[in-house]
Amino acid sequence: MSAGNQYLLELKGIEKRFPGVHALQSVDFELRSGECVALLGENGAGKSTLIKVMGGAHQADSGLVSVQGVLQSWEKPTDSLDAGVAIIYQEFNLVPGLTAAENVFLGIEPSDFGWVRKSEEKEKVREVFNRIGAEINPGALCDSLTVAEKQLVEIAKALVRDAQILVMDEPSAALTKKEVEQLYLLIDELKLRGIGVVYVSHRLEEIERVADRAIVMRDGARVGELGREELDRAKIIEMMVGRKLENEFPKEVRTPGAVRLRAKNLNRGQKVRNVSLEVRAGEILALTGLVGAGRTETVRLLFGADRADTGEVELDGRTLQLGSPSDAIEAGICLLTEDRKDQGLVLGQSIKENFGLPNLKKFSRKGWVNRSLEGQSFGEYIKKLQIKVSGQSQLASQLSGGNQQKVVLAKWLERNAEILIFDEPTRGIDVGAKFEIYQWMNQLAKAGKGIIMISSELPEVLGMSDRILVMKEGQLMGELVNGPEVTQEVLMSLAIGEHAACL
Amino acid sequence: MKWIKTIFSSDYGMLGVLVILCLFFSWITLEEQQPEGVDAAEVLALSVDQAFELPGRVLIAGRKTDSGEAFTNRLDELLRQRGWEVTGIVQGGPPELGKGLRSSFDLNESLDLLACEKTFVKLAVLQNFQKAEVKMAEVLVMAPESSFWPNFLKASNLLNVANQIAVIAILAIGMTLIVITAGIDLSVGSLIAVSAVLATWVIREWFGGDEATVAGMIAGCGFAILICSALGLFSGSMVAYFGVPPFVATLGMMMVGSGLAYMLSGGLSIYQLPQSFDWLGRGDDLGGIPNAVVLMVVLYLLAHTLMSRTTLGRYIYAVGGNPEAARLSGVPVKKILLGVYASCGALAGLGGVIMASQFKSGDPKYGLMYELYVIAAVVVGGTSLSGGRGKVFGTLIGAFIIAVIQNGMNLTGVQSYTQKVVLGMVLLAAVLLDMLKKRGWKLSL
Repeated sequence: MSAGNQYLLELKGIEKRFPGVHALQSVDFELRSGECVALLGENGAGKSTLIKVMGGAHQADSGLVSVQGVLQSWEKPTDSLDAGVAIIYQEFNLVPGLTAAENVFLGIEPSDFGWVRKSEEKEKVREVFNRIGAEINPGALCDSLTVAEKQLVEIAKALVRDAQILVMDEPSAALTKKEVEQLYLLIDELKLRGIGVVYVSHRLEEIERVADRAIVMRDGARVGELGREELDRAKIIEMMVGRKLENEFPKEVRTPGAVRLRAKNLNRGQKVRNVSLEVRAGEILALTGLVGAGRTETVRLLFGADRADTGEVELDGRTLQLGSPSDAIEAGICLLTEDRKDQGLVLGQSIKENFGLPNLKKFSRKGWVNRSLEGQSFGEYIKKLQIKVSGQSQLASQLSGGNQQKVVLAKWLERNAEILIFDEPTRGIDVGAKFEIYQWMNQLAKAGKGIIMISSELPEVLGMSDRILVMKEGQLMGELVNGPEVTQEVLMSLAIGEHAACL
Repeated sequence: MKWIKTIFSSDYGMLGVLVILCLFFSWITLEEQQPEGVDAAEVLALSVDQAFELPGRVLIAGRKTDSGEAFTNRLDELLRQRGWEVTGIVQGGPPELGKGLRSSFDLNESLDLLACEKTFVKLAVLQNFQKAEVKMAEVLVMAPESSFWPNFLKASNLLNVANQIAVIAILAIGMTLIVITAGIDLSVGSLIAVSAVLATWVIREWFGGDEATVAGMIAGCGFAILICSALGLFSGSMVAYFGVPPFVATLGMMMVGSGLAYMLSGGLSIYQLPQSFDWLGRGDDLGGIPNAVVLMVVLYLLAHTLMSRTTLGRYIYAVGGNPEAARLSGVPVKKILLGVYASCGALAGLGGVIMASQFKSGDPKYGLMYELYVIAAVVVGGTSLSGGRGKVFGTLIGAFIIAVIQNGMNLTGVQSYTQKVVLGMVLLAAVLLDMLKKRGWKLSL
């Protein structure tokens, strides 16, 4: 570790305050040329804010940012790009109606007096795509690309702008295993070329594979640094959470009771084909498979969010008419959606109003909302679920993923539903909140509720469920009672459909 | 600059703008006010009280006009109450005044006070008397004192402002609800025409025109409002069930409505209405406040309560903020949309009835371009066009900002063409402020 000016990117004593939040507290960060540094921390630990400071989207209240030893003062995001820092956010900044090549050169098109030299553009794009091993037709519309391809376009965009520093926010979140593997190779390659990579992720096993060093943040401060040889799951979690976590999954031994929810021969187009399933009282049923296997589509039928072409749903022996979600809610079924931002919460409203939305009948008389009753009830949940909020009128959009999920959970707990469907309940949620959500699932099962959990994370499936259904292309591929003989490999082979099995 | 931000950041930030506008127009229309008629008499009676400890003998003089007569009569009454002896009442110009004074002095009686209108004070007749007649020197001449008061702030003008904006403000309630659900309704202007024509047509054709009874008039107006509500419901179903963009669905309805109004009326005004038909539009039963304004205030109070205190209000906000999340929480999204569009139609129908009552006729040209003023009121009032946010009272403030600007410019003699330019700029400024507010007061250029 020699003089500071050797660093490719260096942040020193970064402070950032938002109204009511001290988001960054004197954070230091340094990145060398040809190095991949993982940035770790729970949601709300300040990672996103730090990235935004690196990208010039936020200005630090105080502190220094320097690139290759030169002090920077950025006022807008393009300033940082000019200095060689490219940020690839989770939500890509691509124009869907333009081609891959046009997106790569957007704003820096090779042109004569406004006329784009199209052939040169294509040539250059092809060259960059080759360099990063992307097999993408430069003329393809961005709309038609897969997530992984879009990510490559973003990387190409950074490279044609001569970026020396690449910051990737949760790059693997929507990629398949194979695509993630390719991403690792690409990162290795970029490192060889002297590019520094900042890798933000929740998936700890990825960090072990890809990072040379990890910087851990908690509550807006940097709490530590781990070298390559120290990168160890338990240690990382301990640092992130600030306490020891003996077991990631608090699995309990249960004996499921009578069948509560039974679905027979559900069909909807090609997405759901002839699915029958049952959930027992006090049972956690996992529904797994690859993304796009029809799991979410299946539970949407159970919840009345979509209408089934054929098939019927029974709750406690009573056939349900599910015309809309309100029918399902009335019957006692609730769905915690995978996508909290688009489907679970009204982001522009306060968390209290979100909490009240499905429960207004309870909190109102003849259409008049009793706001104090509502607030009182929500206050109890804030305590019970340990939701971190500044107040009940805080906007839902201002909470971290874990706390948003807790608000969603609170609104359904108040409904006292009999069947709870969790769709990817821990996606985008930090380790600590994950554990609490698992505990709540256990507690609900203990109370005799039926629980369906959709998950792509196989350790989670194995760690939490009593019974596992595997889906592929809209069909059930197999049903397994969870036990020591059920392994990730077994589930995987079912999910890719090597053989249909019933153990 | 911080306090400016704080004001605009609050929900009713535009209230500050309204207050500033009112102050501005008050200052610019500040003028010497000459009291007239009964008012003048009351003012003068008070000054007389101050000038004299004991009552005496008085001659009253006023012009031979309606207000002059009102002045003399009232003053006569007031001074007699206070124990004054009224020696005579003069009505007319200089000759009459001269005669009046002469007869007082000829009778050789003393006179303590000449109470007259302002115009009499400087008359040559009076000055000649003061020079020629010794007794006249003992006579105090008093006229009602003028005062400084802005034309804008006169009670009659303020009521006028409220009355003029009542129809637009009532329509804007429905528009606010629709905009909160992330929609828009372009058809409200032509629904005004439909309603005005339909209500008057029904009264003429079914209930005997100018001989119609109160029940007949209520039935005609109710029918018109019902039909407008149904037309709104139709637009709403296009939006809710077929996913037609609100802009397009209501654009179609705007043309349909306008055409229907012309078809029904044959392009002519319908004026065969009973005298009492103007009760809603021109009457003022509650302490001089126009009935339309009273109705407007009541409707705003109802709408505010609906949006802030009831489940329905919560649902409307939720549908605008995130329809999918609302649906998955069990909110009947489609029914809410239908209800909102239907009530906007009904309110437009009510606006049409008020207009028909104001003009005592139904005409297919009513309400032309009103949708634009209504949308302007909603936007100036701070309701976000992207849905999910907005306040009903904000819209009322927005409507009043528009009304005050128009009225203020009328008072100061600004041409109507210039007025349009100013109103347009105000609208743009309001949207700009909204944007700045959303971005946390940063210009991103």
